Amino acid sequence: MKPPAFEYVRVGTTEEAVAELARDGEDTKLLAGGQSLMPMLNMRLAMPRRLIDLNRVGELEYIREREDGVAIGAMTRQRAVEKSALVARQVPLLADAMPWVGHFQIRNRGTIGGSLAHADPAAELPAVAVCLDARVTVRGPEGSRTLTSEQLYRSYFTTTLASTEILTEIWFPAPPARTGHAWLEFARRHGDYALVGVAAAVTLRDESIAEARLALTGVGGRPTRARDAERRLVGRRGSDAVLEDAADSVRQTIQPASDIHGTAEYRRRLAGTLTVRALRLAIERAGRAPSRTT
Amino acid sequence: MTPPEIAITVHVNGRSYAERVPPRLLLSDFLRHHLGLTGTHVGCEHGVCGACTVLLDGAAVRSCLLLAVQTDGAQITTVEGLAGDGERLHPLQEAFREMHGLQCGFCTPGFLLTAVELLRDTPHPDDLTIRRDLAGNLCRCTGYQNIVHAVRRAAELMGRR
Repeated sequence: MKPPAFEYVRVGTTEEAVAELARDGEDTKLLAGGQSLMPMLNMRLAMPRRLIDLNRVGELEYIREREDGVAIGAMTRQRAVEKSALVARQVPLLADAMPWVGHFQIRNRGTIGGSLAHADPAAELPAVAVCLDARVTVRGPEGSRTLTSEQLYRSYFTTTLASTEILTEIWFPAPPARTGHAWLEFARRHGDYALVGVAAAVTLRDESIAEARLALTGVGGRPTRARDAERRLVGRRGSDAVLEDAADSVRQTIQPASDIHGTAEYRRRLAGTLTVRALRLAIERAGRAPSRTT
Repeated sequence: MTPPEIAITVHVNGRSYAERVPPRLLLSDFLRHHLGLTGTHVGCEHGVCGACTVLLDGAAVRSCLLLAVQTDGAQITTVEGLAGDGERLHPLQEAFREMHGLQCGFCTPGFLLTAVELLRDTPHPDDLTIRRDLAGNLCRCTGYQNIVHAVRRAAELMGRR
């Protein structure tokens, strides 16, 4: 239960980190908050030759209002995101999901960029990002590029980033008027990995659903948008039958796997149940949301 | 090939230590084996049990998920630093003793340091808040009831000072 030996490199800027990766990126891991990587090292599930520690890269720690949304630096601690009034106001889904990420001691160290780049299929933040079509900025030797959060995820613990690239920022759009959000998940103990989690965002016009967004975690190799369910909701009122119809679609389209924590069939049922509950809560909140965003 | 050791200076419980450490050394092992501060307990070593919780620049963290080299220049508080210099215990320690918040005591240092941040953020917590914030620490003896009582009692004691 001790990490294997590795070479340790501490960098102070993003530029240095990119240069270090480019210089010698073989078998190299970036160390962000370490709340997933350190357990993997301790259990020898990861045995990198080299670690580049990003924890002194202060320029990647910020939460800023930008372009009708909120930009968050990759090294921003999850606890700072959780306590941010700006996030609570402009990205309520993220604020709703944050207390479910590990325990507060984990969030004191864990970073938003680390969680996104780790691509754990049971994690909350990737699903929140995918639900809201958040944009991710990455930096490599050739400069920066931006991609959608859906483009970021390939499979279990695997992103589409090149080995020389660093995730530097995530940007969340502010919600349209009369939008409600909800994050719900089920885990055996609060703070443990979710068996299934559901992110929902619903925008109302008059009494009908103008736009619906649904993303799930724990039901496949990467965060999953339930697009068919979203389409079934648009233009309809949020009655029990309509929500059940969306849940049916979720149950039919997801492909969860069985593991020691739960069978595929159990996860399928759980996903349907949580979908109905998350949608109901989001619709209720949308009804109370301001008719104009500020 | 063994990577070279790195010089660090760490401030633990108000005292400064200059040491050389291998990069792979965990903060928990650094505190216990290099500094002899064995009050920080090592349970699961992968961030689940919370027994190794310390304060890093005032924030409760798992010392088994940090490398000692990362704490160069940092302020750390372990359970040995809670009571301060005098004979008098920290109100949380007093309350844990008074309310039987411990039995074997293995998990206690982690609970105490977790509760320091809990009561700093929420000086008058309700039971739900206490339970939520203690959820990241495991205890196999008490059944948690008396730990919750102890934190509530500590809030009273601290409010009185």
